[in-house]
Amino acid sequence: MAITPNEVRWIARELARLDLSDAEVEDLARDLTKIVGYVDQLQEAKTDGVEPLAHPLELSNVFRPDNPQPSLPVDQALANAPLRKGDFYAVPGVFE
Amino acid sequence: MHVVIGLEVHVQLLTRTKLFCGCSTEFGLPPNTATCPVCCGLPGTLPVMNEHAFQLAMKAALALHCSIARYTKWDRKNYFYPDLPKNYQISQYDLPFSNEGWLDIETSAGPKKVGILRAHLEEDAGKMLHDEAGAGGDSLVDLNRTGTPLLEIVSHPEMETAEQARAYLEKIRELLRGIEVSDCEMQEGSLRCDANVNVHVPQVDGTFVATPIVEIKNLNSIRNVERAIAHEIDRQLNELKENVGKEWRIDESKTSVFGDRKVRRLEFKNKDGAWVPVSKTTAGFDDRFGRTEIQRRKEEASDYRYFPDPDLVPAIVSEEQIARVKGKLGELPEHQLARLRSQYGLSEYDADILVRNGRPFVGFFEAATEVCGDAKEAANWATNDVLSLLKARNETVVEFPITGHKLGEFLAEIKKRKLNKQRAREVFAEMLESGSHAVAAIGKLGIQSVADEGQLLEMVQRAIASNAKAVADFKKGKVKAADAIKGFVMRETKGQADTEVLQRLVLEELAKAP
Ligand SMILES: [Zn+2]
Repeated sequence: MAITPNEVRWIARELARLDLSDAEVEDLARDLTKIVGYVDQLQEAKTDGVEPLAHPLELSNVFRPDNPQPSLPVDQALANAPLRKGDFYAVPGVFE
Repeated sequence: MHVVIGLEVHVQLLTRTKLFCGCSTEFGLPPNTATCPVCCGLPGTLPVMNEHAFQLAMKAALALHCSIARYTKWDRKNYFYPDLPKNYQISQYDLPFSNEGWLDIETSAGPKKVGILRAHLEEDAGKMLHDEAGAGGDSLVDLNRTGTPLLEIVSHPEMETAEQARAYLEKIRELLRGIEVSDCEMQEGSLRCDANVNVHVPQVDGTFVATPIVEIKNLNSIRNVERAIAHEIDRQLNELKENVGKEWRIDESKTSVFGDRKVRRLEFKNKDGAWVPVSKTTAGFDDRFGRTEIQRRKEEASDYRYFPDPDLVPAIVSEEQIARVKGKLGELPEHQLARLRSQYGLSEYDADILVRNGRPFVGFFEAATEVCGDAKEAANWATNDVLSLLKARNETVVEFPITGHKLGEFLAEIKKRKLNKQRAREVFAEMLESGSHAVAAIGKLGIQSVADEGQLLEMVQRAIASNAKAVADFKKGKVKAADAIKGFVMRETKGQADTEVLQRLVLEELAKAP
């Protein structure tokens, strides 16, 4: 199945928030087509009677007790914020 | 016409820490003081599941009669929003930990069983503050709530009236408070509701036209859920009338089955000129005007690209574990209600208020009753004075300075001393203020042991004997003259005589006077 440049544009814009040039779109369309082709090939493997694998590790039931741990001081928490207002992260206005 | 309502309810679980990290879940902390690299979604961190959250969720699911999955896992739901620092929410997609339960509700139309599709665990997002002036200023983000454990309870679309939706929510709240899984405070956001609403309108050929489903988001009070649904039903019927034959047409080519109804969809012409189904959309509810506001209809359905979270391992639940949690469930609210009525002879109304306020509140009432032996009086004080004080003081019954035991002592004391309601309230206020026991509070207020009826009678007789003028006036028809007699006794008792008893005695004795 071929991935079209328009599909790449849609995925980039709507799902990944990436701004791509036309040349990048062409490149990615080719790469993604190869990847999807490889997955199609995997799909041909006979899997009747094989249990679906939900997690690759043989581990289960890893829990921690409900004990509070110290949180980051607010200045440290906000240190990476592109924009800070008071003790909040500031982001471009969103209207509900 | 049939209305179809399904509810998605989110409740915050009563844990001390978040779902995947040790940050506090306490409400009302200063902004961005309860976050860490895990809940902020910084690279290289590893979330670890809170065991208590898992236990509480299981308790809730069992109380909702759900079956518990033996194998459950966590998935990432991917979307971009400034309140979601990881750009995905950890939730459960295809293998939720519980499925298919039900809830019994009661409405004016009688009892009804509402099916529950699933209950699953997920993490909450942060909180955003928007520029209220709408001037395009920045929005502010507080990530304290990010990662707080939520239980999402999804009903089947089986409710048919706004009243049923309200009853369902009230029942969920009563149940989850009762088993101490959540405090379900809608003002604090620990119970939130999204309502999916549409209408099936009968056609001449016996089929029904289904209006597009609207999901009303983030309803913040039970009353608003009811109002929003009522408004949305009207809005959809109007929209249908306005659009059919113009923007919309009924898809005559096929029907789907909903219960015993055959249902047709609506279509509209997209920008390429093809007729396609009118999609589901979301709406907000404007509290001030009591109306639902439709948000933009999108042509593509949201694509959340769920996939298993590689950072979290699955949970495997054993029969023994389920049995253990079931054992800890204790008395479910419906059973508690029946017991309070039969064991204490309470009215359905009183028992309902007690149960609705949760297990600690019922415990408070039962402790008081045990001490004073008067269930009716204990229920009266609990459901009136105590409840309104808890509300005013913004406290839970556990934090309230007067314990159930102290209330019981107080009730026994006011009964023994025949204190009238006003005096009793003064004693109660003093106990609340000083944290003291009833006897100490009575002593501090200088309330003497009040005369019993025999002593009061003696005082009334003395008053009549020494107030010849008042008696004469009374006999001439001046009813108010009796006040002089009462005033005399009140002075003698320092205002502590039971006014009802005194009134009766005065009238009886005046009638006997020559
Ligand atoms: Zn954290």
